[in-house]
Amino acid sequence: MLPTESKKALSFKRYIEVGDLVIVYERHDVMKPVKVSKDGVLQNRFGVYKHADWIGKPLGTKVFSNKGKFVYLLAPTPELWTLVLSHRTQILYIADISFVVMYLEVVPGCVVLESGTGSGSLSTSLARAVAPTGHVYSFDFHEQRAISAREDFEKTGISSLVTVEVRDIQGQGFPEKLSGLADSVFLDLPQPWLAVPSAAKMLKQDGVLCSFSPCIEQVQRTCEVLRSEFIEIRTFEVLLRTYEVKEVKMETSSMVDESHEDNGGMPPCKRKHKDDTISQDKSCNATSVVMARPCSEARGHTGYLTFARLQCLA
Amino acid sequence: MEELNKDQAGMSETNKPQDPDPRIACEGCSVLLDVNDGDRLVFARLSGGAVLKIANKNYSLKPLIGAPFGSLFQVESGEEGCFLSRILPVKQENISNNLIDDSRDNRELVDNNEAQNLTGEEIEAMRREGAKGDEIIEALIANSKTFDKKFQLSQEKYKLKKQKKYAPKLLLRRPFARSICEAYFKKYPARIGFLRVDALSLLLTMANVIAYSDVLVVDMVGGLVTGAAAERLGGTGYVCNTYKGSSPYSVEMVRMFNFSENVIERIVQSSINELSSAKTASPEENNQQGGVSNAETNINETTSTSDIMVEETSVTTEASVVDIVAPENKIIKAPKAGAKASKEAIEMWREHGFSSLIMAAQDQDPWSLAKDVLPLLSYSAPFAIYHQYLQPLATCMHNLQQGKMAINLQITEPWLREYQVLPSRSHPHMQMSAFGGYVLSGIRISTT
Repeated sequence: MLPTESKKALSFKRYIEVGDLVIVYERHDVMKPVKVSKDGVLQNRFGVYKHADWIGKPLGTKVFSNKGKFVYLLAPTPELWTLVLSHRTQILYIADISFVVMYLEVVPGCVVLESGTGSGSLSTSLARAVAPTGHVYSFDFHEQRAISAREDFEKTGISSLVTVEVRDIQGQGFPEKLSGLADSVFLDLPQPWLAVPSAAKMLKQDGVLCSFSPCIEQVQRTCEVLRSEFIEIRTFEVLLRTYEVKEVKMETSSMVDESHEDNGGMPPCKRKHKDDTISQDKSCNATSVVMARPCSEARGHTGYLTFARLQCLA
Repeated sequence: MEELNKDQAGMSETNKPQDPDPRIACEGCSVLLDVNDGDRLVFARLSGGAVLKIANKNYSLKPLIGAPFGSLFQVESGEEGCFLSRILPVKQENISNNLIDDSRDNRELVDNNEAQNLTGEEIEAMRREGAKGDEIIEALIANSKTFDKKFQLSQEKYKLKKQKKYAPKLLLRRPFARSICEAYFKKYPARIGFLRVDALSLLLTMANVIAYSDVLVVDMVGGLVTGAAAERLGGTGYVCNTYKGSSPYSVEMVRMFNFSENVIERIVQSSINELSSAKTASPEENNQQGGVSNAETNINETTSTSDIMVEETSVTTEASVVDIVAPENKIIKAPKAGAKASKEAIEMWREHGFSSLIMAAQDQDPWSLAKDVLPLLSYSAPFAIYHQYLQPLATCMHNLQQGKMAINLQITEPWLREYQVLPSRSHPHMQMSAFGGYVLSGIRISTT
């Protein structure tokens, strides 16, 4: 997924080969990661797809099932991966991930520490940001979870950039040998304040720490501990509002007549259903407009992001 | 644990000894000066002659040279006048933040301007005698009739207010896309098309900007997007700035990032016409085109330099705000980004396509640009289009859907809220930015 040399960059790798990880895209909310194999088949409600038909095709094209229905094959990116990975824990989503990577000032060559690993959603984006020369050290106290995460990183081809270890960071702190080597530290722990002193030891001077907590009480306690060694302590909440876009026939007529009642309850439709009959009646008064409005439902809270910068003492 | 050691060894080997430590503010580098916890953000290029004005006094930036980023400075007055001096904070053990059960309130405070016994002249006299900022604050508190009557939070606020005035602090910060975006958003949001830092971070994520990728950029926000993308590439791949017509857009802001030569080399420009394989120009034509746009680049550069001048003057007229400190001589001038893309690179992009696209074209209709630019991407390449208005993005999204040019299309608007976190006094900030822009994202697909 993450090229570690220029030959492997996406723009050079356009044809599907055996062993590739591709994202099979049915709809924006129905996607699946698939490893391409010679005799592999994919079966979904649209029929059976043979991997053999995919090999040699460029990514981003349609492939057809035995019933003539199509899906798209896409190159995996950390964003698509976040949508398809198996949730072993609550995961971080795109708005938080983007903001964390930028606010932690992660650039190629950085060393980043992370705990816990969880489902590896953030780890994948951190790995992208430190590539090609940096490294992410990720810790989780749950052995099975760490193993699954390693398998995932192997599958997505980023294992050279991420090292996963089993360790209880709240209890034991980060390993001594990483002292003073970290450019940034990310904490997603139930009691992050316990890990703050160790995180401070790991960070280079002026390095940035981020702690993600769903509850304000956790943030409160973390901030109290941060104040002794960190400056620029700031807490944020990042959310996304998504928009629905539709082409709607709008009546421009100012006439008030009885026919108004007939279409009063009509929902705005993208495709022409009954619209045709209406537009026949008042074709001169209806214009088609593309409009946007926020989606009715949204994620209302993910967590608070607290950032702090290690004080420069020397 | 074996692995850890191996990786560390690998890391130190790649660090070339001749590279200056990026964590030290050296002469000639670009720095961000944060006065009083973000009250004022000033970009400067460090040189012995550079000065910064704080509260009507000029301070030489010389003491900053060689200091690590993250260092804190305080103003002090001595025999040779005022100067900036580095303060090394003592490691504070357990600041007691326990709020004493405080029953004091503001019932006895009267706003009659008679609370302070010290006069302005007396304070000025103290300063002349070389009193430190902290000593002035102590004196102010001792001479305040109301300080003891204030409740604890008020007392802290009072101290902070006086500290900002009489003992201003300056934090030396390393410019990153994050801090540059924040500084501009705070001071000149219109210049970056109201692109807030969370929206910028979304653009980079959604366009999958990653080492070794070839990122196509339409940057009409002064170079912020170009710089942010280059920062993520770290001297690999390319950021290619494309434009309609004959002259590239200015990417002046790239100078604020402390990019090394090898990162700067990866920032190039080429017009949409040159990049479009549909218009197969003969090599001679290509050369000519190159010549023309080169000339225009130069013109563009000169105009943008004069823009900076305008910026400096306009800035100084603003109340207590100051200036971008200009470099003293040519030697320490940052290298210029945005050379013309080589013919080989253009050939390569025509054949393979770009791996991602970011558009931040403030004054252009996104659809009329996207329909020309999107075909330059390889299939399955993600893109992110920024705009400060929703409607043109909605139209663009609709047209992309109708033309079946892209999938996974989505318009999102990030929402960012900052919190005050204090014991028993945590709440969202009273003032917040209500708008940071819209992003249309998607993945280019083959239409066949």
